[in-house]
Amino acid sequence: MQNARDRKIIPTGDSAGQVEKHSTHIYPHRLNFYDTPPLGDITIEEFETCALDRLRVLAEIESSFVRNRAYEELKEVTTKHCQKYLPLNSNSAHTLDLDAERRKDHVGHFVLRLAFCRSEELRRRFVKAETTLFRVRFDNDDGEERETFLKSRNFEWVLVTNDEKNQYKSQLAATTMKGASVDTERYYKVKWTRVPDLVERRRVLLKAGFAYVPSREISSVAFQEFQTNLTKALEMTAKALPWLDEDTRIVPILDNLSQGFLAGVPSEWSGMSTGSGTEITAEMVDDLARKHFPLCMRNLHDSLRRDRHLKHFGRLQYGLFLKVLGLSIEEAVTFWRRSFSNIQDDKFNKEYRYNIRHSYGLEGKRANYPAKSCQQILMSDQPGPGDSHGCPYRHFSPDNVQTALLSMYSSRGLTAADLPEIMNTVKGSHYHVACTRVFEITHAQYGVSKGDGIGGGESVTHPNQYAAKSRELAKENEGTKAEGDGDIIMMD
Amino acid sequence: MLAFYRRLYPFKSVFGWLNHDHAPSKLFTQREFAFTLQGDVYLRYNSFDNADDLKKQICKLNPTRFEIGPMYSARPRDKKTVRPAMFTPQLRELVFDIDMTDYDSIRTCCSGADICKRCWVFIAAAVRVLDKGIRDQFGYNHLLWVYSGRRGIHLWISDQEAMELTDEQRRALVGWLTVIQGGKEMHKKVNVRQGSRPLPPSISMALETLTDVFGDLILDDQDCFASEDGWRALLHLITEKTTAERLEKKWTAESMRSSDERWQDLKKEVKSWGKDSPQRANLVAAMEDIVLQYTYPRLDAEVSKHRNHLLKAPFCIHPKTGRVCVPVDPSTIDSFRPERVPTVGQLLRELDELAPAADSDAIEHHSADWERTSLKPYVEMMDRHVTALMDETRRATRMKREKDISW
Ligand code: SF4
Ligand SMILES: [Zn+2]
Repeated sequence: MQNARDRKIIPTGDSAGQVEKHSTHIYPHRLNFYDTPPLGDITIEEFETCALDRLRVLAEIESSFVRNRAYEELKEVTTKHCQKYLPLNSNSAHTLDLDAERRKDHVGHFVLRLAFCRSEELRRRFVKAETTLFRVRFDNDDGEERETFLKSRNFEWVLVTNDEKNQYKSQLAATTMKGASVDTERYYKVKWTRVPDLVERRRVLLKAGFAYVPSREISSVAFQEFQTNLTKALEMTAKALPWLDEDTRIVPILDNLSQGFLAGVPSEWSGMSTGSGTEITAEMVDDLARKHFPLCMRNLHDSLRRDRHLKHFGRLQYGLFLKVLGLSIEEAVTFWRRSFSNIQDDKFNKEYRYNIRHSYGLEGKRANYPAKSCQQILMSDQPGPGDSHGCPYRHFSPDNVQTALLSMYSSRGLTAADLPEIMNTVKGSHYHVACTRVFEITHAQYGVSKGDGIGGGESVTHPNQYAAKSRELAKENEGTKAEGDGDIIMMD
Repeated sequence: MLAFYRRLYPFKSVFGWLNHDHAPSKLFTQREFAFTLQGDVYLRYNSFDNADDLKKQICKLNPTRFEIGPMYSARPRDKKTVRPAMFTPQLRELVFDIDMTDYDSIRTCCSGADICKRCWVFIAAAVRVLDKGIRDQFGYNHLLWVYSGRRGIHLWISDQEAMELTDEQRRALVGWLTVIQGGKEMHKKVNVRQGSRPLPPSISMALETLTDVFGDLILDDQDCFASEDGWRALLHLITEKTTAERLEKKWTAESMRSSDERWQDLKKEVKSWGKDSPQRANLVAAMEDIVLQYTYPRLDAEVSKHRNHLLKAPFCIHPKTGRVCVPVDPSTIDSFRPERVPTVGQLLRELDELAPAADSDAIEHHSADWERTSLKPYVEMMDRHVTALMDETRRATRMKREKDISW
């Protein structure tokens, strides 16, 4: 076996350096597609600092996702973080050592690839954060440099001719911004597979497999390319990785890095930190639902009671929520067995028991599945006709939201007079804000007032966080009440 | 069942369809097959070397049905021995599943597992819209529609590019095609406009086809707005308040109006607003959305989004109805009658009734038994599809070879 000390940590590319020599810089562009690994030997210190600084930026991006920040806000925060930890100046900044900055960016990216290629979940999150970072930098780039950067690569797009433009004029008009005219707009033709995000949102015209992309959206092609390449590269790295496991100096660093990414960001609600994550039993669920659940879980609970059944995604959403709330596997089986009262024992055992155990990590991959956050509930697995999962603020008709709110929360102090304000927020698509407002109203009895959110002005980002805070408040209140009673007795 | 597999199931055709070529390639040998056996035993990750190998195993297991998955990066039957990173789905037909149960909230003739020729019209409309849309917009040509044996239809697309789509691209394509969204509690399930802009071109194209369907199917045949529940559901979709209130008053008073009359009432209301008034624009958009909500294809999106989703193989038998999952020609979809699709019982009877002389003949040419039953036209349809696919493969190899030579 080769001595680890002699081995280069990252395989050296052979030609990339020379190709770029005609420019005054080793890195002619500020932006990088990271096609080739950095050149030369890298010291352990460099290895670690480059990676840690980059990780700080990526973790902030992740937390922006979790907090549901709009892109503009995310861009602002990320730009600030980049200036601090990972500055990357444009070519006009003559006085700085641009190559050093760019090398740091380059090295950090490749080190983190090693740290994050090792599980599918990590790869997915890394790609998402990196692509966002790329996008932020791209959007901040000055126009000319961006243009030369794009030209440095062949994206196989073709400018749509005037003849063709005239042929599809009315259809192109339907995909063009209001106010812009088809005649003056430039369109590029690319294979639709290069712009799946634009296709998904119907932002383009599609003909025979080609997307007609207006120039203002063309950067999508670059983002997509970045994402696709990185995904592929990470899979390759994962396959090639076992050799790294021998290097005892690097593995702990990598482990540390990937854990930092996982733990540094509060995207998963563990319930442990609040102290209310105590065990609950199947019998307690009805009562808890009435007093402490957010609308999505109340709705699932009530649907379950009404239909004695929930469809797949409903079971998943509700089941994981109950798990994190503190329902043990035994209690979960009892709970679901009783709830599906129309179903025979053997059918239940065959079709449902396994899945319940699976969601507790006792079968299959044995993964410890976290409960879904609001973000996930709002954005993924859209409910189809007949489904009950999702976030009611988003997935119900407005009148049904109102009916649901009144029937579920009147007993907790919500009145019809509160509805207009809530519905206005819903209309503006700020679903979790509406949910936060409902929390405030229904916990006014514990002294929560408008703007307090679920504590310290924080808004709801996870149904389990909602329920945990609600239980906490109730418990504290019991406490003070008991003390108060005590005082009175003393005074007598 | 065993006799069906032994004598009638067109293994050769199905092999050619999955393999795109005569000689077994990875597209077949690394393809997952999953079997459902009697007593609901489910066997995943089987794979086979060729058509005979598959046939042998199926005749041995006699499954109630079997499903087809993707081509993996290794042979599925070796799954346990390769590292997980080395076992990933690579190629897979782009598939769609349309099921009548997703129309339960609209159709008035049947519900649940039932299907009649009246509700087949929903499926037929969906097939026409999707078949045209996918060919025109995505440029795919090798589309195989397969009746699911009871109340739905599957679509398998075998174009090279479609086979190569990543999950992300599949999700995007499904997003492009999906118009009906929102759960049980959402009245308005069509939200495809960006602000007050016209419908996206692909959807307004579908709307042209669907407007006729709406008249015949929703207004006349299913009479969806005759009952109080029906017309109240319609009113929920009219966002122009004054109009909705006026209609509610009128319809509460006149409970016996037909759907068509109610639709005409709505049209009259629309015309009562000035030509360029915002109310009128709002109502016209609402009417278009209503047509879409009642007739646009309802896709089971999960099936299409993931390469590793399994889907029942063509020519399997539906366990409840006994009908064969036969290919369907989209150009004659309107005259397709699910109840005329041969059942396994009928096919086996046809075989028994053949003259004994012919029977001994058949033993010699075993594979051609289906030719003498009513399964014939369906297998032939499949074979035409396979021929087109193989021609494509040959063209591609020739082009590649020419390119190699010219270098
Ligand atoms: S905002 Fe979150 S917690 Fe509130 S109802 Fe929606 S998904 Fe549930
Ligand atoms: Zn029917």
